[in-house]
Amino acid sequence: MATYSTNEFKAGLKIMLDADPYTIVENEFVKPGKGQAFNRVKVRNLKNGRVIERTFKSGESVEGADVVEIDMQYLYNDGEFWHFMEPNTFEQHQADAAAVGDANLWLKEQDTCTLTLWNDAPLSVSPPNFVELTITETDPGLKGDTSGGGGKPATLETGAVVRVPLFVQIDEMIKVDTRTGEYVSRVKD
Amino acid sequence: MRAQLLAAIRAFFEAKRVMEVETPLLCHATGTDPQLDFFTTEFNLSPQREKLFLQTSPEFAMKRLLAAGSGSIYQICKAFRNGELGRYHNPEFTILEWYREHFSLDDLMDEVAELLLQLTQPYLQLSLVEKISYQQVFKQKTGLDALQFDQRAYQQFAEQNQFPDAISICQDDHALWLDFIFSVSVQPALGADSICLIYGYPAVQSSLARINSENPLVSERFEVFINGVELGNGFFELADAVEQERRFDQEIENRRLHGLPDVNKDTLFLSALKAGLPDCSGVAIGLDRLLMLLAGIDSIEQVLSFSVRRA
Repeated sequence: MATYSTNEFKAGLKIMLDADPYTIVENEFVKPGKGQAFNRVKVRNLKNGRVIERTFKSGESVEGADVVEIDMQYLYNDGEFWHFMEPNTFEQHQADAAAVGDANLWLKEQDTCTLTLWNDAPLSVSPPNFVELTITETDPGLKGDTSGGGGKPATLETGAVVRVPLFVQIDEMIKVDTRTGEYVSRVKD
Repeated sequence: MRAQLLAAIRAFFEAKRVMEVETPLLCHATGTDPQLDFFTTEFNLSPQREKLFLQTSPEFAMKRLLAAGSGSIYQICKAFRNGELGRYHNPEFTILEWYREHFSLDDLMDEVAELLLQLTQPYLQLSLVEKISYQQVFKQKTGLDALQFDQRAYQQFAEQNQFPDAISICQDDHALWLDFIFSVSVQPALGADSICLIYGYPAVQSSLARINSENPLVSERFEVFINGVELGNGFFELADAVEQERRFDQEIENRRLHGLPDVNKDTLFLSALKAGLPDCSGVAIGLDRLLMLLAGIDSIEQVLSFSVRRA
């Protein structure tokens, strides 16, 4: 893998620190008058999402991380692993629960997700920003109620629970924003 | 805005009868400071094809004028520093540099504050001018003594303040520790809506300043900050040619140890010092950063017509 000098640092660059892959969130070049120059960077650990600050002497080099993001189709869950396929090569990858994380609440078969691969192994899974899912369970709402004001919990086919307006019923399909976990609209056939 | 700023600066010095000068950007020698990287070029004149440097500051040339009897002088010019790029750095930038004969460092600090108050007045409301020594401000913000190097205490401070990487970076290098801690824990809070002048820099960071005659741990150097941004650096100028040459040699040796590009000491500058530099204090202000402050902008690119990426 390539190494990067601090002057190549920029947001989004993937580097290795303490044997973990990180992405640079913010890079600031600091140079006290007549003194040593530093790069103060904020980096996000790609395994656990934690953001930490690190400092490098300017001119130092850091090993790059072999991290790529690829859109893949979600196939199925075998109970232990979630299986994904690259649509162009038909190559399949299996991701464990640690990599899938909360994304499992939104994974519907055949939807396209973004997988982050580190040394070809899935590191994390991002669901699409919007998913369309069927409601499997919710209290029957009051007839004639047409808009928000309150709402009720609804369980979706993936197991996720979202708040929906009272008029939405079981077996209806709704659109959800996966970044906030909020109901967006009903999906009409 | 830049044009107004330049006009205001020229009016200020006109009123004080300080002469504007112009010195070469392209020189045979340059500073030996291991922290400054320079641009070089080749002079296509047979048979020597000499190496020429783009100046990192007009300091040596201006001091030669002073030694030749120019009296107090100022200059607004471009300076070049290789490898520097960031929110506050562009490799080519504009410097205002001036030298005052028979000014003590304190006199010059007053003049810097006077100029900055005048220049910022239409744009910023700065409430006060504060002068504080490096040792004092360092102690205030960190509890550490900047002049007496206590590696254990410095390490502890780094650990307690979430920057343990300082320990492996700085090791037993006092100056490096100071650079690190100062830029992380001290500088950001300096000069909040005010002008903050820090004087009495530790002798390990004296650069081209004289060492204080009473305290050998302190140098006659100051820096000026507004809203946590370093705007300028001033010295009570070292005039001792022997001491200057000794520092050059030391820095050249240091460059060699660290595998940095070789540079020759400026012999013309040294002979000017030998001929006699009058007692004077000098300071350089980064005008692009000053413009950033005046315009309330947080990236140097936005005050340049074209930054290096698009130049």
